[in-house]
Formats: sequence, C-alpha cells, structure tokens
Amino acid sequence: MAENYVGKRIKRTEDPRLIQGLAHYVDDIKLPDTLHAVFLRSIHAHARIKKIDTAAAAKAPGVVAVYTGKDVQKIGPVPCGAAVPDMKSPEHRVLATNKVYFVGHPVAVVVATNRYAAKDAADLIEVDYEELPAVVNEEKAAQGGPVIHEQFGSNIAYKLTAGEGDIEAALKSADKIVKQKIINQRLAPIAMEPRGVLARYYPGEQELTLWTSTQIPHLARTQIAIMLGFPENKIRLIAPEVGGGFGSKLNVYAEEALVGWISMQTAKPVKWIETRRENLQATIHGRAQTGYIEIGCKKDGTITGFRYNVFADMGSYFQLLTPAIPTLTGLMLSGCYKIPAIQMNVTAVFTNKMSTDAYRGAGRPEATFVIERAMDLVAAELGMDVVEVRRKNFPRSDEFPFKTATGLFYDSGDYELALKKALEMANYAKLREGQRKARSEGRLVGIGVSTYVEICAIGPSAATPAGGWESATVRVEPTAKITILTGASPHGQGQETSFAQLAADHLGVGINDVTVIHGDTAVVQYGIGTFGSRGTAVGGTAVYLALEKVKDKATKLAAHLLGADAAKVSFKDGKFSGDGKQITIQEVALAAHLARNMPPDMEPGLSAIHFFEPKNFTFPFGTHIVALEIDRETGEIKFDRYVAVDDCGKVINPLLVDGQVQGGIAQSIGQALYEEVVYDDQGQLITGTLMDYAVPKAAHIPWLELDRTETPTPVNPLGAKGVGEAGTIGATPALAAAVIDALAPLGVRHVDMPLKPETLWRIINQHKKAGAA
Amino acid sequence: MIPTQFEYIAAKNLDDALSLLAQHKDHAKLLAGGHSLLPAMKLRLMQPQVLIDIGKLKDLSYIREEGGQLRIGAMTTHYQIESSDLLHRLCPLLPETASHLGDVQVRNKGTIGGSLAHSDPAADWPAAILALDAELVVKGPKGERTIKAGQFFVDMLTTALDSQEILREIRITPPKGHVGQSYMKVRHPASGFAVVGIAVSLTLDSAGKCQSAGVGITGASAKAYRASGVESALKGSALDDKSLSAAAAHAFDGITANADLYASAEYRKQLTEVYTRRALAAAASRVK
Repeated sequence: MAENYVGKRIKRTEDPRLIQGLAHYVDDIKLPDTLHAVFLRSIHAHARIKKIDTAAAAKAPGVVAVYTGKDVQKIGPVPCGAAVPDMKSPEHRVLATNKVYFVGHPVAVVVATNRYAAKDAADLIEVDYEELPAVVNEEKAAQGGPVIHEQFGSNIAYKLTAGEGDIEAALKSADKIVKQKIINQRLAPIAMEPRGVLARYYPGEQELTLWTSTQIPHLARTQIAIMLGFPENKIRLIAPEVGGGFGSKLNVYAEEALVGWISMQTAKPVKWIETRRENLQATIHGRAQTGYIEIGCKKDGTITGFRYNVFADMGSYFQLLTPAIPTLTGLMLSGCYKIPAIQMNVTAVFTNKMSTDAYRGAGRPEATFVIERAMDLVAAELGMDVVEVRRKNFPRSDEFPFKTATGLFYDSGDYELALKKALEMANYAKLREGQRKARSEGRLVGIGVSTYVEICAIGPSAATPAGGWESATVRVEPTAKITILTGASPHGQGQETSFAQLAADHLGVGINDVTVIHGDTAVVQYGIGTFGSRGTAVGGTAVYLALEKVKDKATKLAAHLLGADAAKVSFKDGKFSGDGKQITIQEVALAAHLARNMPPDMEPGLSAIHFFEPKNFTFPFGTHIVALEIDRETGEIKFDRYVAVDDCGKVINPLLVDGQVQGGIAQSIGQALYEEVVYDDQGQLITGTLMDYAVPKAAHIPWLELDRTETPTPVNPLGAKGVGEAGTIGATPALAAAVIDALAPLGVRHVDMPLKPETLWRIINQHKKAGAA
Repeated sequence: MIPTQFEYIAAKNLDDALSLLAQHKDHAKLLAGGHSLLPAMKLRLMQPQVLIDIGKLKDLSYIREEGGQLRIGAMTTHYQIESSDLLHRLCPLLPETASHLGDVQVRNKGTIGGSLAHSDPAADWPAAILALDAELVVKGPKGERTIKAGQFFVDMLTTALDSQEILREIRITPPKGHVGQSYMKVRHPASGFAVVGIAVSLTLDSAGKCQSAGVGITGASAKAYRASGVESALKGSALDDKSLSAAAAHAFDGITANADLYASAEYRKQLTEVYTRRALAAAASRVK
C-alpha cells in the first residue's frame, strides 16, 4: 500500500463548507409548512404539579396544539442503556407528569406556525406548582433528607464496589497513607451547535424522517422506534452536519421522540431548535464527583494501594449512560502505574439537577485527575520530585499487555518514552531551577506534570451496553470513484478526510475521488456511532478491512482480465500488473459493473461491507507539563509553558490529531480554571447563560508545544489507538498541579477546581495574614 | 432566544427619532448597535413594543475636532474610535478603551452612545468618559442640553437622560501638555465585560509633578464613578511607586462593591485597588 496520504498533514475536506457557512445543520434544513415546537420548562428544581392550564395558550394566534404530560402517555420512557447491579431506575417520561425534578424539566410543548407564536403561547400556560425542598448537594442527599423519587425511599441510585487486591492489607503495609477530598466539579459540554430536531411524517407512506443533532444515528433510531411504538424500518434518522457533541449528543432525549410524535399527530413537519439557555438547563452535564482518596506508599515512593470513595451526582434521572459513567472512573483508577490493590466505592445519588452523562472523557478524566493528584500528594509527603514518584511506579514497556487491579489489560505502552520526550522539550531541570530562583524572590511559580493513560476505541461488545463494533461499506463506482459508508458518525472529528486518506492509499486513487457518507440510516448500514475515541480505531478499522476485501476482489478480477495468476499480480499507484501487462483500477471498476467478462464464481460489482469487532480497548497515553505563575496581588494566572507529548498509536493525519489534542486541552483549561455548573441551595441554575458559564476563549489558551511518540496498538491492523479525549484526560491534572505547586511554599497541597483567581487570592491572602499575625 | 413581537421603525434623522419617541413614549426603545438591547430582548428580559432604529443615522456618526474639543457622534462605532488617527493623536485613551471592548464583531456594530445610554455597570466606556470629564450633549423635545459625565451615570442601567431625550454627541477637551493615559481591565472570562476597568488620564507640569488626574472606574459598583480620592491624592505628587500606591488606596473610597459568582465584593475591592495602581503606573510611564 502506497502512503501518499496516510501519515500526512492533509487539510480537512470538511472545512471549506464549514468555514463558508455552507454546511447544513438541522436548523438549515427548511421544509414547507413546518410547525415549530417550544417547550415550557420547570422554573422550580423540585415541585408537585397541581394543575396546568393550557386554555389561553391553545387559543393564542398561530397555535396548532399544546401537549402536557397526560397527553403523551403513549410515548415510552426516555431510555437508559446502562445497567449497574441493584440500581434504582426512575421512569423518565418525555414530559413531566406529577412532579418536576429540575429547573428546565419539560412540562408542556406548544406547537405553532412559527417559533415566536409558540413561545408567546408557552408564556400563557399557567402551571400551579407546590414547591418541594430541593435536593442539591449529593453528599448530603445520600445521608437523608427530602427524597426525590419517593418510591425508592432514599436518594441513593446505587452503591457499587469495584477493584481487585486486598485493599486493607495494601494500605496497612504502607509506610505512609495520604488522604484527600477531591471534587471533579459539574461541567456543561457546550457543543457549538445546540440540540435540534426536525421531524417529517408522511401519513400515506407511513414514514417518519427525523433530522436530529446526534452522535449515534442508528442507536437513536432504534430507541426512538421503541419509544414511539413505531417500526424501526419506517423511521429514517439523519444526523446532518453536527456542530460538536463532546458526549452531549451520545444520548436519546425526550425532545427527539416527542417532536417525531407531534409530526405524526399533525401530519406536518415539526422543528425544535434548542436555545442556549435550554442547552445549559436540559442537555446532559458531566463529571460531578465528590471523592475521598486514600493512597498508601512505601518510603521509596512505591504505591501499595489506592482507594477512592465517591459520591457521584446522577442528577434527577438516568439519561442513556448516566449510571455507567462512574464505572468508567473505576476502570481507570490505576492510571499508568503498578498498583497491587485498588478499590472504588461509589454512592450514586439522585439530585434535583440535570442528569449527568458522558462528557468528553466520560468518567476517565475523573479517574486520571484523582490518581494524578494522589501521585503529587505522595511526592509532597515523601519530599520526592513528582516525576520520580511516577517513574518509580511505571510498568516497563516490555511488561505489556499489562494487567491492572481494575481488571483491564493495557494493550501497549512506553510511558517512560513519552515522559522523557516531554521533560526534554520542557527542559524540566531548567524549569525547576527557574522556579527555585523565582521562589527565592517571593514569586509564585508552579510546574505541573501529568502522566496519563486512557481507555479508548470503545470497545469490545461484551463490555459495552449496545454493541462495541463498527461497520463500513466500500463501494467502487463504475467510474472508480469510491464511496465509503461508515457506521461511525463524525461530528467535527474530520473522518471524512482521514477515511478518504485510507481509501485513496489503499486503492490508488486521489483523495478527492473518495466520498465518505455517514449519519443517514436509510443510506448507511447499521452502525454504532462516534464517541469514546472510537471513530478511527474501530470505525476506521472497519473501513480498512472493507477496503482489503474490495482490493482482494479487484486483484482477482484484474488477474482474470490480464490472464495472469492472481498470486503474481501486484498493485501500485492504481495499476494492477501481471504477466508484463497492466490494467488500471478504473478499468477494473468498469469491468466489474459491465460484468461481461468475469471469473465464473465472481459476483458482479465491486463493493464490500465489513463489521469490525475489536478484541480489546486501546490505551493511549502521554505526558503533559505546565509551567505558570500566579499574580500574588490578584490570584490571576499567567502561563509560561505548555508541553504535551501524546501517544495515540499510529497516526493517520497529524493535523487532525493536533486539533484533537488542542481542543481537548482547551476544554481541560475550562475545567481546571473557569467552568462550573452552579446551582444554588434552591436548585436554581446560576450559570444559566454563556455570560455566566465561562467557556474558555482563544485568548485563554497558551501556546501549546505538542509532540508525539508512536506506539502502535496490536488490537487493530491500523495500529491506531484514538485521540478524541486525550486532551481532556491528560491536561486537567497537569494544569491543577501547576497551580497547586505554585502555592506549595504557602503549605498548600490541594485546591479544588475551578482554580479561579479569587480562590487563589484568598489562599495567598490568608497565608499573608497568618504570617503577619 | 426568541423575543416578543415588536414594531421596527428606522428613524430618518435625529428629529424624526425624537418625534417617534414622543409618539410611542415608554413603549419604545432606541436601537443603536443592538449589543445590549437585543440580547436582553432575546431572553425576554426586555419586551419593548417599538424599536426606533437610530443606529444607521449618518448624522450621528463622526469624530471631529472643533473649537479645541473632540466631538464624537453618539452612533460612532467602537471600531471607528479604535481606529481613529485623530483620537490616537489627541486622546489615545479612547481608542485604547475601545480595543478592550467586546470582540471584533461587537466593535464593528456597537456604538459609544448606545453603550453610554444603556449604562451597564460593567461597560468600558463610562470609565474613560469619566476620566476625561466629558460632556454629553442630549436632545429632547425642549431642545439641547449638556450633561457632565460625572452627573450622567445615576445607577445600574439608569442615566440622567430623560425618557424623551436622545444622547447626540460626546464632547471631550483633550488634555494638553505632558499627558499620559491608560485603560486597564480585568475581563470576565465568560461575558468579556469588565470585572473592573480603570481609565486614567494624567497631566504633568513642567517640573514633572502631577498637575491634574482623571480616574474613572467601571465594573466595581452599581455605576461607574470618578475616583476623586485618587485624583486629589495624586495632585502635586511625583508619581513614584510610593505616591501611586498611596493614591490607589483611595480607589474604593465610599463605594459599595458589586458581587457576583466570579468576584465577591471583597475581591473586587482588591482588584480595583491593584489595577488602579497599575493603570496609574502605565499612564505615568507613557507621559510625553
């Protein structure tokens, strides 16, 4: 296979349409006679609905219909696809019926001839609420007090213990035990494009078409079919251009089924586009873990055992994967270290807030954050350098596949290699020397190091709720243009480019001869979708193996046409050669479709389909190093250096990988320094607009010095591990560590995120006051 | 993000806008660049029935020097101010303040008059206008009057403008002699508005002592204010580190601080004092 494209920094073929505003997102799709839906949402965190009066709304100009919970009882509940033993699963109706459980909980939907009329009418609906005490703090909610789902008798959704090894003995054998409370705060994913649905029902054909902004078109279709009690093969679900997801669209939402149902009732197209306020209120949140760590170590830094007791905030309901997220945390608690005994005790708690679910990293950033903080705390306790304590516990590169006490087998790795490269790039020794000098001048200079490993390429079907495989069809058209149908559903990752690179190299055509189609269930064979850093490692492998099948058939047909022995036919730059003669892929493609001269046992056409089932996850890794300074007077942070060495296995397009790492680091900077979804004691959402919820802007991101090591995975033939979430997993602990390290001379060992200037200023100020006293 | 129904009228000129305002009274709002009003309407926090668009009025968009004064039309965009050679030469504080405002799109659409008349407690312009002791020319049914910047900002989202009046022009007497100016701002990471913003204009005498100082502070309180304690402490001082620190300590005299999720009252006070000192130092270092 010639490598004209693979491994090269090819510009994204998606970008011209995106940059020019020519792409078609859900809201760009206009159908005649479309009705518009607007939701009335709860203004209370917890209340009983005594009465809803929709009479005035129903009579308002332009209004076609108004529906409340009792009108939509025939629609099945919003699905949860994850199961944890003995979990309590509240029934999640598409509209609130007797009670509302969070600010933003949909109570009614108004359908009108335009969006403004629908919104005006929604303001006319009168809801008589009996307010109930809000359950906001997950730790307190686990202990007692008001109960959200009364039928369960408590707010505990489940309790789970995970991990292997004798944790009590491991901690007992330690020379030192370090304990710390650590919070991974609640975050909002904030895709650039909010959610949106357009539904069109044809009563004659009895066909429902749904355009929805989703990461999982096929899984969503299956679930919506079940919710609507309507045949799956009569629903066509299209994920058009999707403006980012970050996990927030790895879900099936009430609105998706409900808008489809309304189209079936009215026999008109119906559109709903989420506002940003709704996006902050009623699209899933992420993280939200309040944990307590205990880590045992020997005097030389060897870790003996690690325990994580955590209260995981579920929000008020389960969305698609809500209860599974803490289990992913449990899997990754070993980090990139040999830890003989690990235990996680989860208490999953219902609160009067939006459901949590998968947000970029989905449980793994939480794990990496706590184990990395734990390693720093051990280093501080023992007076060791943070790099040395990590090195001390790395498995060697010849110890892979490496088994962890969380039950995983890490596929491949060379943690020392990535660490060494990052230390060299950052000139770590010099950074520390500069820090010593700065500290002697009273300046607050900090250096943070994180060595991480993550779990990607999700995943083997046995370990996933709804199939962990992926599908691809490769079609060579009569003109030798290549069409790829992928079951993955890229929404910003750039796989229209990277899959075209694979095909172009494989079949000897130009990258512009390849089209990648995704997201349309009427066109693409069943697939799983794009999440969990699986698009390339699993979806790309399916493409690769389908390409192999096509090339194999083309070679046999070429041999037949050349009159040569197939085993002796070679293929290079789009030409098959054998017996001193040549035939191009274009000629072979045409011959396959004309089918006048085929081998007797060969079917006409030139296409193949492949369903790829991975045998294991993949485990990318790397090192991030941050150097910064805190302004003593204001607590503001100024970055000095940001160095990252990531290893995501074999790289198909370095430009795309850089982009993924950069975006991930930006979101990590969000978690570390700026972002937090804040509800007050009454459960009111304080960060309800982007004027309050601080997503980092370009100016908040320092210059990123990025490089890579390349350790291929044996799990798939591409050797690619995945990189979609590396930035949000590897960067956050390094960022927090740098800030905390800057405060170390003040005796600080941990500060919870977001590390806002005022928080840091208060710490500095208190220390100053204490010193003066 | 869906406003209530409203009528839109593009005023033909200032007098047309005044008569429309007289006709529709409190049901109407004036639309300039739309960067404060429209977001509030989209969230239905404001529900005017009539929008009178004055944003496109050419006769309200200008920057010129007249009678020893700088005259800026109320509908002049932030970008026009940011890029004005005349202002860079005679009063660089104005272009500098403009450059801190919002982002490129906001600066291309938003206007200085719209921002001043809205009187957002975290807007940038009030600080500069106060530091420069500007005069605001307003026109109403009874004719024109001039309001000093110090009297213009009454409270959060409230100015000295009568409901029938329109802000027409901003007049500034540019300081002469040995002048140094600076605007410093702590940007809110989400909104980009000023957590605190400090505008400084210093004039030195021939001996290098501070002859006069104008210090305007925004973001810190319910309305922007002139830090007169700082100004008087600076007068006659040598503008060395010690005198700047001593003067900056007065930045919060008699002020009740704003507090929000990002910055408590106590922290805002600290930011105000620190950034006042830094803005004074920057201005002092720029004296020519």
